[in-house]
Amino acid sequence: MADPFLSIQHVRKSFGATTVVEDFNLDVERGEFVSFLGPSGCGKTTVLRMVAGFEEPTAGKIVVGGKDITRLKPNQRNVGMVFQAYALFPNLTVAQNIGFGLKVAGMPRADIDARVAEMLGIIKLPQMADRYPYQLSGGQQQRIALARAIAPKPKLLLLDEPLSALDAKVRVSLREEIRSIQKKLGITTIFVTHDQEEALSISDRIAVMYGGKAEQVGTPFEIYNRPATKFVANFVGTLNVLEGRVTDAASGKVQVDTQEVSLKGKLNGSKSGDTLSLALRPEAISLGLQPGRDSSLSGEISEVHFLGSVIRVRVGIGGNTVSLDTFNSPATPPPAVGEKAQISFSSSDMLVLH
Amino acid sequence: MKSGKFWAWVVFALGAAYFFIPLIATVEFSMRMRRGAYSFDAYKVVLGDPRFQATFGYSVLAAVFTIILGVLIVVPAAYWIRLRLPQLRPLVEFITLLPLVIPAIVIVFGYIRMYGSNSPLPFLASDTGTNALLVIGYATLSLPYMYRAVDTGLRTIDVRTLTEAAQILGAGWSTIITRVILPNVLIAVLSGAFLTFAIVIGEFTMASLLNRPAFGPYLQNIGANRAYEPAALAIIAFAITWGCMSLIQILSRFAPRSANRPN
Repeated sequence: MADPFLSIQHVRKSFGATTVVEDFNLDVERGEFVSFLGPSGCGKTTVLRMVAGFEEPTAGKIVVGGKDITRLKPNQRNVGMVFQAYALFPNLTVAQNIGFGLKVAGMPRADIDARVAEMLGIIKLPQMADRYPYQLSGGQQQRIALARAIAPKPKLLLLDEPLSALDAKVRVSLREEIRSIQKKLGITTIFVTHDQEEALSISDRIAVMYGGKAEQVGTPFEIYNRPATKFVANFVGTLNVLEGRVTDAASGKVQVDTQEVSLKGKLNGSKSGDTLSLALRPEAISLGLQPGRDSSLSGEISEVHFLGSVIRVRVGIGGNTVSLDTFNSPATPPPAVGEKAQISFSSSDMLVLH
Repeated sequence: MKSGKFWAWVVFALGAAYFFIPLIATVEFSMRMRRGAYSFDAYKVVLGDPRFQATFGYSVLAAVFTIILGVLIVVPAAYWIRLRLPQLRPLVEFITLLPLVIPAIVIVFGYIRMYGSNSPLPFLASDTGTNALLVIGYATLSLPYMYRAVDTGLRTIDVRTLTEAAQILGAGWSTIITRVILPNVLIAVLSGAFLTFAIVIGEFTMASLLNRPAFGPYLQNIGANRAYEPAALAIIAFAITWGCMSLIQILSRFAPRSANRPN
């Protein structure tokens, strides 16, 4: 494998006695879009700020394009960044904002004008050149901020929760726009977010962070379907967690409430009598017995929520509750609360959380 | 409710009378130089006096240098405290308030002792040095106003994020201060500058004890030896101060909105 374009190696960051990032490692390929996903305080922004040069790592090093940039100042790194709060310069027009980095770099005026016009075209706001930031909406301001970040052709683009301050509709359209611009320019990008849907929808890979560490790094498909830890499983997507007890470790029998399911080959060294947390994604569960599903559990319907195209059903199985969605079919009445019901799933879809 | 409004107006009228009656009396007296008729003779005498022009010109120049020195010291200091040393803010605020507590006469005597012709830094050994010391003294006197004005301006912008945004785009500290921070606090700096101007124009103690040909000592000298001219001078000085205040208001109204509105 070729050398990674960005390599974050054994990076640690402490503020006094508090360590916010512990032994963080990540290699990013050229042109890759990697998201740092995690709850507040997990250290994702701190790692990004270390890559930007706003924080100096307590230990470890950061290499970009084969060059160690760990001790370089932010203005020496040739990195572009988009901030959550837009951070457009209020005293400058849109064109001046976009051209700021180019002017600082000493580019001739005519070249700056041409590049600014090109950037305004890319973000589809060519008519906004002479406006001031306060005359723009949040979404427009963030697109200008993106144009400003990529105008000097940086080696790396860092996006620090750029969509958090926007309303839901703009957030979705802008994230798609960011991804399409990133793909078009082929710029290596790190995107920090606490929104799993954002991370899953636009990333090549995701680093799920918790407690200053990368819990798992993988493609959105891997992260969602094969979470490596309990935290990842819980944090990414909706998860039904069932408490079970191993009754026969050799044959993979696990008891949930008073019923038994077979999880052969998934118990990873658990012994008979051990208690386990078993997890199932809602989309892996069907109401009623379905062909091709090798496991089932019986319970009672405790809640039914009609959401239009789907119906969300909760089924109580002893002390556990399982949530699942079924499509609304006008010909079939929705299930009723209190009805006995069976849920079926493939044992291969069941995750054993450690 | 109605009686509340009535008493509010009474208090307002009393306050206005307390403020305006002496002013009107001074204006009236300044116009009585010619026997039996109101005239602007006192103003003509004052404005035609070459010493008025010389001292006023000197003080204006001193004010300009004081403003430049104040901006050079206060803007980077207030910016750095907001950006990197917020824990020092109470201490710096206290220090900037000291000129209000320590009388100017104490400061100037301290200067005379520290910077006399026999000291290692003999500011007072030459005219230029004394002028420089006067400007430094004025910058100290105006520090409470300048610092507060600039700090208030900095509060309206997201100093840290704007700084980081400029840094990541390749800007160094001088570019950040001159192209990003200063333009966004310009109105605040102007407020501080006009307050400084008003202080310097009327300042007496420092200029007198350092024996500088400034407007303050001239005002005092005229006041001690003439009858109508001091009243005219007082009104002129008052008009200059109020002119400065009005300019602050006008400028902040006509300034580009972008500079006043943080994101």
